[in-house]
Amino acid sequence: MADADLVVIGAGPAGTAAARTAADAGARVIVLDEQPAAGGQIYRAVGQTTEALAAILGPDYRAGRDLVAALDHTNIRHLPGATVWRVDPDGTVCVSVAGRGRKLAGRRLLLATGALERPVPIPGWTLPGVMTAGAAQILLKTAAMVPRATVLAGSGPLLYLLAQQLVRAGRPPLALVETRLPSAWRAAWRHGPGAFRGWRTLARGAGMLAAIRRAGIPRYRGATGLAVEGAAQAEALRFTAGGREHRIPCRTVLLHQGVVPNIQITGALRLPHLWDAAQRCFRPVVDEWGGTALEMVFVAGDGAGIAGAGAAALAGRIAALQAVHGLGLIDAGARDAAAAPLRRALARERAARPLLDALYPPSPEVLRPDDATIVCRCEEVTAGEIRALAGLGCLGPNQLKAFSRAGMGPCQGRYCGLTVTELLAEATGRPPGEVGYYRLRTPLKPVTLGELADLAPPEVRA
Amino acid sequence: MSSASPFERLSPPADTVTFTFEGETIAAAAGDTLAAALLAAGAGPLRRTPATGAPRGPWCMMGACYDCLVEVDGASVQACMTPVRKGMAVRRLDRVAGRHRG
Ligand SMILES: Cc1cc2nc3c(=O)[nH]c(=O)nc-3n(C[C@H](O)[C@H](O)[C@H](O)COP(=O)(O)OP(=O)(O)OC[C@H]3O[C@@H](n4cnc5c(N)ncnc54)[C@H](O)[C@@H]3O)c2cc1C
Ligand code: FES
Repeated sequence: MADADLVVIGAGPAGTAAARTAADAGARVIVLDEQPAAGGQIYRAVGQTTEALAAILGPDYRAGRDLVAALDHTNIRHLPGATVWRVDPDGTVCVSVAGRGRKLAGRRLLLATGALERPVPIPGWTLPGVMTAGAAQILLKTAAMVPRATVLAGSGPLLYLLAQQLVRAGRPPLALVETRLPSAWRAAWRHGPGAFRGWRTLARGAGMLAAIRRAGIPRYRGATGLAVEGAAQAEALRFTAGGREHRIPCRTVLLHQGVVPNIQITGALRLPHLWDAAQRCFRPVVDEWGGTALEMVFVAGDGAGIAGAGAAALAGRIAALQAVHGLGLIDAGARDAAAAPLRRALARERAARPLLDALYPPSPEVLRPDDATIVCRCEEVTAGEIRALAGLGCLGPNQLKAFSRAGMGPCQGRYCGLTVTELLAEATGRPPGEVGYYRLRTPLKPVTLGELADLAPPEVRA
Repeated sequence: MSSASPFERLSPPADTVTFTFEGETIAAAAGDTLAAALLAAGAGPLRRTPATGAPRGPWCMMGACYDCLVEVDGASVQACMTPVRKGMAVRRLDRVAGRHRG
């Protein structure tokens, strides 16, 4: 017996929009998200925010309120604090809520688990005080906290957005250190027509840059050799830019090199994935409805390929239409009529993406770090150890995992998997798509024996 | 401890909740996660790695990296996913990290 017509995993833009579309069509929907409130990464805690904080975070953030409010529907049950650690191809979902394990079954499943920030393996990235730019944003959104004496370093629009938010909060960063080469513009120029269609995104970026300039924040471009110095915590960021060495004393360093799809669940389901050469990451193969090789499983949002919050919500709605059509709740005509305007809007949202990808490529230094740099944070495995194993004939990520323990820690490869793929590709001269990714296994997040026992049939329960 | 805090609150918390970290009393804002409260308090590293004893603190704040593991009532939990509760006794995690929530 199914607990719901549609089980949605992830309450970000994709998941909330999908849930509402399905509920409006008459489907009973359960939305699971491990965070305490709906909104996903972009709209973290948007339902609880104060006016003062919303003013700092900006108009794009405020817009998330409507999305979260859309979950308020008699057909939708939102379970916050629900961590999904297992999904089976038959639609069974194992989830932990407040330390108790539960099993849920949906007739259709939508995976809307979003993105993770790309790993940023540079020397010193494991020191306390070094965090992702997204982590600092989460502290701002959920706890109204700002970093002291901070340097923002890396590549990508999120870095500018955070700088602008910190300026609005009256706590501008000490510096913005960009790894992007000025020549990235030349490569990006080829995307001219697409860029034109995505002018809104670019205008927003220009606004952020103007705010950064007005605040007088020193900006370094084409920075290389980034390294965080410190004994027990971050003390300074070192780098080379403009032919000179720089050292900026600081207490926090916020790193960012873009975001990549969170493929933990699609990977564990053994769905086909492909290597996205432009975004340098793996993403699940989906059709124009977000459908996968498993008829009942859909993927929408950044988890299916990075395209941003606007695109995520649209893709969520489109997937929901197909899901409810499959359940017999709407006919093909109604589905297609509702999907057509969404597809046009989605095409507009996606138009700016190739330009953004070309403008903010991840730094080659973080894709293939120096030998001494730690790649696997959990097990403290360096790039040199990985290269050495590749030299000994280790061909794939899984063999490498067995030999080096990289990817075996509690994060299960979330912050080393892509680096391992890139390093093996470099060392073996094979394309990353052929090298592949770690074989992902359940439980996707460590669970206690108690949570496992909760799922056992009553007669065998201790 | 707060003089060493790498983060600052934009305004003083309206409601506070106290808990202990390594035996020292810490005032958190109601609604904080343990990670936010410990960062605001400048509590230093949250754990040391089993392999080399290297200090670690929160990296992702979204439940993905497990670098914020701390010990609460004998079990290891992710500080960034755990809301502060009054009277919680939290310790630095200095033992094998691989055995989460043991
Ligand atoms: C830290 C971070 C900050 C970001 N900030 C911004 C920003 O300010 N502006 C911007 O334009 N873009 C931002 N992005 C990009 C962002 O990913 C997208 O714009 C947008 O949020 C994508 O929407 P989504 O619905 O696909 O996924 P998300 O919004 O990421 O939502 C996915 C949800 O799934 C949940 N989830 C994942 N795995 C599980 C599981 N196993 N069990 C239960 N729940 C799970 C997560 O808790 C999350 O709430 C950020 C990305 C990250 C990683
Ligand atoms: S800081 Fe990454 S899991 Fe808590």
